[in-house]
Amino acid sequence: MRMMKRQQKELSNLRGEKMSILINKDTKVLVQGITGKEGSFHTKLMLQYGTKVVAGVTPGKFGQEIEGVPVYDTVKEAIENHHIDATAIFVPGRFAMGAALEAIDAGIRLVVVITEGVPLHDSLRIKSKAKRMGTIVIGPNTPGVVTPSECKVGLVNTDYLSKGNVGLISRSGSLMTEIAANLTDTGIGQSTLVGIGGDAVLGSTILDVLKIFEKDKETKGVVIVGEIGGTMEEEASEYIKTMNKPVVAWIAGRNVPKGKRMGHAGAIIEGNMGTAESKVGALKKAGAKVADVPWDIGKLMKEML
Amino acid sequence: MRLYEYEAKEIFGNNGIPVPEGKLVLNTEDAIKTYNALAPAIIKSQVLVGGRGKAGGIKFPENEAEAKKLAEELLSSEIKGYKIRKLLIEKKLNIKQELYFGVTIDKIKGEIVVIASSKGGVDIEEVAKKFPNEIIKRNVDIYEGLPFYEAMNMVRKIGLRGDTLKKGARVLSKLYNLFVKYDAEIAEINPLVVTDDGDIVAADAKLNIDDEALYRHPEIRKEDEFLTELEKEARANGLGYVEIGGSIGVIGNGAGLNMTTLDILRYFGGTPSNFLEVSGRTYMLAEKAVEIVLKNPTVKVLFGNFFGSAARCDVIAEGLAEAFKKGKIKKPFIVSMRGMGAKEGRKLLKDLGIEVYENDEEAAKRVVELAR
Repeated sequence: MRMMKRQQKELSNLRGEKMSILINKDTKVLVQGITGKEGSFHTKLMLQYGTKVVAGVTPGKFGQEIEGVPVYDTVKEAIENHHIDATAIFVPGRFAMGAALEAIDAGIRLVVVITEGVPLHDSLRIKSKAKRMGTIVIGPNTPGVVTPSECKVGLVNTDYLSKGNVGLISRSGSLMTEIAANLTDTGIGQSTLVGIGGDAVLGSTILDVLKIFEKDKETKGVVIVGEIGGTMEEEASEYIKTMNKPVVAWIAGRNVPKGKRMGHAGAIIEGNMGTAESKVGALKKAGAKVADVPWDIGKLMKEML
Repeated sequence: MRLYEYEAKEIFGNNGIPVPEGKLVLNTEDAIKTYNALAPAIIKSQVLVGGRGKAGGIKFPENEAEAKKLAEELLSSEIKGYKIRKLLIEKKLNIKQELYFGVTIDKIKGEIVVIASSKGGVDIEEVAKKFPNEIIKRNVDIYEGLPFYEAMNMVRKIGLRGDTLKKGARVLSKLYNLFVKYDAEIAEINPLVVTDDGDIVAADAKLNIDDEALYRHPEIRKEDEFLTELEKEARANGLGYVEIGGSIGVIGNGAGLNMTTLDILRYFGGTPSNFLEVSGRTYMLAEKAVEIVLKNPTVKVLFGNFFGSAARCDVIAEGLAEAFKKGKIKKPFIVSMRGMGAKEGRKLLKDLGIEVYENDEEAAKRVVELAR
């Protein structure tokens, strides 16, 4: 019973009813795949940023330490020995589903799947299980989540971030940093940056994260970095109409050929679905400002705040 | 990975879905032989683009002479830029009714969506617009699957009765099962034919398999024939390259940033030649990337636009410097670099005499000017 209450409180924190969204300076982080090249490298960077990485998991590597962080064989063991709020998954594509399901099963409330190349049907399974368990999954194929000066879960380059009141949601990693840099240059700090990922099926959509930002007291406006493919931006537009906070968006991929995957698994125009025109149109109709060039984003947000 | 109709039909057939008797041929001689064996028969071009019927890719010869003429014509023509190299000759069906069955993914909900319609043989998106009531859709959780009674309910709703109802439900059920078994993005039968005898046959078959899951399906062809030659070469090197056809060759790190580079070039009136992403798993391949982009003869200027985040600019710059020193870059070359490792990267390239910027707005303007 006490356990249930604690979990509920954590969940309400996660959902942005208190403090910045998803993660903050108190978030205890697990790294799955911590002994791998990517996992160990980014554990070091996360720790340097001040993130409380408390444990890692790599099957068969129990007893090792990475950057002073203890390694366990299973998530269950890690949970038994540490309080854990969030996990960053750095394992290869074919093992990512297993790692995510293990984390969800163990009751971790925020699961960030960094891995690129997760099979689509595996993502369906991750999403289905997360829905039943009430877990928030971010990704796959994401640079992760950062609350500037407090916590980073993933591999986002934090050199260009600054603390502030604008939330950022991005389907693209490189563009997330670039647009955050533009915001910082314009004097706009960020509350939390959420890379939702570049895959076609994602644990959390633009809409899911928008709802959390809308509730968050520290966030005054939201920047959406969308791109061609799927209908996430259109879905979010319906909600933007009802939001109290201003939204500025950039949609990448105007004038790209149909039927070709533009790098991201999710960035593909199928038939007449997923075009930039449709997304820009829906967002504008909903009252969001859509930038014509990426370097205008900071300026547009400033005008709306 | 898009499969050809004949490949999809083989899989459908092996998984219990009735398909017409037919054979793949690569030349006119075999086409006639097969036609004579199956007549009355039809000739279907095997291409990976949609809208084949409308584009004249399916023929209905009345006799051997006509079959010869039509097969010859098809094998020397193309559909939407794709040359026809293969023909599927199939026994003609006695069509009483054309239906539609499809299984795909509801990307937003993260569920499988099963679709059936009594209006087959036409573009299903058009049907959805004009006759929304004629489309029966069911969202399915991948862990729950599609129970047989649900397949039965759906097929009954589109009007099948008696023996045909049972046969239809079996086909829908099997289509769902193979969708899951093969990690499909889409499995579709359009049209699914009800014959004069009340049999149900998949007159067409579409099956796209998730590229990231191909390792689980060793029996499926790995080389993507939908790609151009340069796209294939890039893929073999782990690079995501898409041909567009303009005069400015583009390389950059990150899919989103790369698409944005194309947007910026167009904003200033330029025409990008390609999309090429060097990042994530592949950021050290800058040298190979340059080589591939410059193989396209329409390229007049090369533009590299980078923002170091997960990929470091100095590492990318080393690759570019290598290509430059080896004389692989003979066209004007402009680079914009910001982010992690950009300062070192810019210096390295500037020392070689390459024009570098710290601002993609200025750089893009300069590139567009050079391409004029």
